[in-house]
Amino acid sequence: MPFSRREFVGGLFISVAAGRVFAGESSKASAPAASQPAQGLKPNLFVHVASDGQVTIACHRSEMGQGVRSTLPVLLADELGADPKRIRIIQGDGDKRYGDQNTDGSSSVRSHYTELRKAAATARELLMAAAAKQLGVSPSKLSAHDDAVWHGSKSIPFAKLADAAAKLPVPKPEAVKLRPESELKHCFQDLPSVDARPIVMGAAQFGADVRLPGMLIAVIARPPVVGGKVRSFDAKAALAVKGVKRVLKMPEPTAPWKFQPWGGVAVLADNTWAAMRGRNALQIDWDPGPNAVYDSEQYAKQLSATVHEPGKVARNTGDAEAALGKAARVVEAEYHVPHLAHVPMEPPVAIARMVDGVCEAWASTQNPQAARTEMARVLGVDEEKTICHVTLLGGAFGRKSKPDFVSEAAWLCREAGVPVRVQFTREDDLRHDFYNAVNTQLLTAALDADGKVSAWRQRTALSPIGSLFTGADQASANDLQQGVTDLPLAIPNVRAETCKAPAYVRVGWLRSVYNIFHAFAAGSFMDELAHARGKDPHENLLELLGPARIVTLQELGIEKLPNYGTPLDEHPIDTGRMRAVIDQAAKMSGFADRKGRALGIAAHRSFLTYVAAVASVVRDSRGKIAVDEVWLAYDAGLVVNTERARSQMEGAVIFGMSHAFYGGATMKNGATEQSNFHDYRLIRMPQAPRRIHVAQVKSGKPPCGIGEPGVPPIAPAIANAIFALTGQRIRELPLVRAGIV
Amino acid sequence: MISLTVNGVPHELDVDPEMPILWALRDVLNLTGTKYGCGQALCGACTVHLDNETVRSCCTPIARARGRAVTTIEGLSPDGNHPLQKAWCDLNVPQCGFCQAGQIMTAAALLAQIPKPSDEEIDRSMAGNLCRCGTYTRIRAAVKRAAGLPEE
Repeated sequence: MPFSRREFVGGLFISVAAGRVFAGESSKASAPAASQPAQGLKPNLFVHVASDGQVTIACHRSEMGQGVRSTLPVLLADELGADPKRIRIIQGDGDKRYGDQNTDGSSSVRSHYTELRKAAATARELLMAAAAKQLGVSPSKLSAHDDAVWHGSKSIPFAKLADAAAKLPVPKPEAVKLRPESELKHCFQDLPSVDARPIVMGAAQFGADVRLPGMLIAVIARPPVVGGKVRSFDAKAALAVKGVKRVLKMPEPTAPWKFQPWGGVAVLADNTWAAMRGRNALQIDWDPGPNAVYDSEQYAKQLSATVHEPGKVARNTGDAEAALGKAARVVEAEYHVPHLAHVPMEPPVAIARMVDGVCEAWASTQNPQAARTEMARVLGVDEEKTICHVTLLGGAFGRKSKPDFVSEAAWLCREAGVPVRVQFTREDDLRHDFYNAVNTQLLTAALDADGKVSAWRQRTALSPIGSLFTGADQASANDLQQGVTDLPLAIPNVRAETCKAPAYVRVGWLRSVYNIFHAFAAGSFMDELAHARGKDPHENLLELLGPARIVTLQELGIEKLPNYGTPLDEHPIDTGRMRAVIDQAAKMSGFADRKGRALGIAAHRSFLTYVAAVASVVRDSRGKIAVDEVWLAYDAGLVVNTERARSQMEGAVIFGMSHAFYGGATMKNGATEQSNFHDYRLIRMPQAPRRIHVAQVKSGKPPCGIGEPGVPPIAPAIANAIFALTGQRIRELPLVRAGIV
Repeated sequence: MISLTVNGVPHELDVDPEMPILWALRDVLNLTGTKYGCGQALCGACTVHLDNETVRSCCTPIARARGRAVTTIEGLSPDGNHPLQKAWCDLNVPQCGFCQAGQIMTAAALLAQIPKPSDEEIDRSMAGNLCRCGTYTRIRAAVKRAAGLPEE
């Protein structure tokens, strides 16, 4: 099968880089972005037009399955006027000059769309200025496409312009004009994958695939309880394992934990199997520390008591308490979602070496700049003395935005004096995760004499990510925007409160984060209200959402909304867009006409994107609940790569199903009880719906998030469908605890 | 010494006979296409063929491969043009891609045994291979496409 140069070069870039290293030719650490040749036009880190016309685009965001390497470079090439099929793609190292590289928050396109286009447009304007000089015409008479600058039917290829353009002064970003979007001929459509072919050939390079001469593999026994310490250890049996070379005690972290390595004892061996066996042979006496009191079962009871008392007001309009006091009927429900684990198929892994006082790492990291910061911190050196290359990520979902495993490798390679790969086992991954917050919510609604919803009160207790950094014990404004303070409700009296929930484990971002449980509770409660009111769930949803409008802060009863780091006037909360996706999902699924089928509907806005989902559930041959079909409609504004957006939504359905069916990391005496895929289960092929239908609703608005927003509506849509099938209301995840899946 | 062939190439390996095939492939032979996902035969990322059968290489000692032929993703086809590899690319199946070598090796063994599998046979055969990105519906479609079956 012929494949384009872009696919070939794009896919194999990392292999080439690692191949060079493996051959042992490089004795000096490579400087960041040294792989970009110097000749030709290179007005910034993103775009290089070589003297021979070859266009190289740097992808500065991490590829973890969302297709960013098949998306951003096309956007840049299109803005530049290069044929995306001919570009070469390189993976950007961790480098502040790129700006933000933390590949999370579904932000790669939505937060970088204009700045990346500007980077490419800068190069285009320089090429056009060079062409204008050669042709003696005004640059305004010229256009750039197909790797050339055109004046009517006459063209000068980039190859003949690059060196001349490189001599011109680089215009300031504010002076650079973008093309009209209508000129972006290669974007806003299904784009080919640059990595699929190396992946199916087994040639793609993930974190554990990088090889350095003389390297050892480290497997680390970390404290089973966060903050635990090594009292003493005996390495004799570990050192007796053939292949084990060293046993080293890791530095101990101090609170707050941030992204620090976990401590413990590392076993270094010349092969991975020996390192794993050596680790198992260690005798360690642990001091479990204060978090050993944590029992997640008991803690859930504590959270339940907490949400039955008033909390700190997060939003307030009207007088919800008064309306509840004079309600004709009060509907109340408590929801609970446990800690969830990321479990990317590739457990965390990084390799590092010291060369001439510089620590150079290759890591499957979402955040190579944070990795460098942490490497420098553990080594006590300046960040300039660190390098972080980014491999392909074998899944990440937020786990790999925490660079603890990279700094473990950095510290160990210096201590051991040889390159070291830190390999998490699956057990390590499950026991030493930054789990999604545990959450309990109490939702209370007042129905008036006419059956109208006159008040909505939502109390949420979540163990916040802020606990990692400041020891915070309740949600911040940033946390509450994820489905509490940003929830549009056409209800006169709305009050939300946040209640205390101290963290006893490390808590971190997991694909869609707090939206998972806020959407589960609100989406389920909407359905409860529909049934309490004797209303169709679809119509009820629209009624509680209210007419198409831009929702003001005043209507929400808040003073400000972080809005995922985006100004509210650019990305307002637009109930018209929400109504459109709800109607689209309802229409596709035949919701109005569902007699004889058990369908559930839910909708949620997150990362600026509007998503509605309808799930169909049935009983399988064993009488258990199965999801047989899902319809999902999304409005993410302009979508550069519609194919990867579709695949992200399909994947989000399965990801959401895994949470709903099986998600739940539990802790006893402070230690995580689950250890591998037998007790932290995921959806498998036979449970995948027969069909997942995804529809894009096109609003033409600026780009919104893609990777995460598909997840939140899935669990409530399934729970609502289960109610339709069985009459059983699901208020606690995972479903497996109720014995119905 | 353990004699075996890997992707048609004969090897003599001086390793502990208990070493799982996975680590012999990855750490000794530098064939990194086969992935570590769980170490307990629970996820299928490490699936390879031992003669014509699929095995979970993370839990299969290299001694079991003595005198036998191991096939990994790198050796599935000379040029990456196995019908499954083509179908996988046509339908853009991979997301992160980490599990896909194992998925393809499992599917290849299925099609070698049952050239036109039913939906149930596909689901049953592929049930041991996890994909956290959630590419299952596309994997099903790609297996059917490679088998020349209608995808719906």
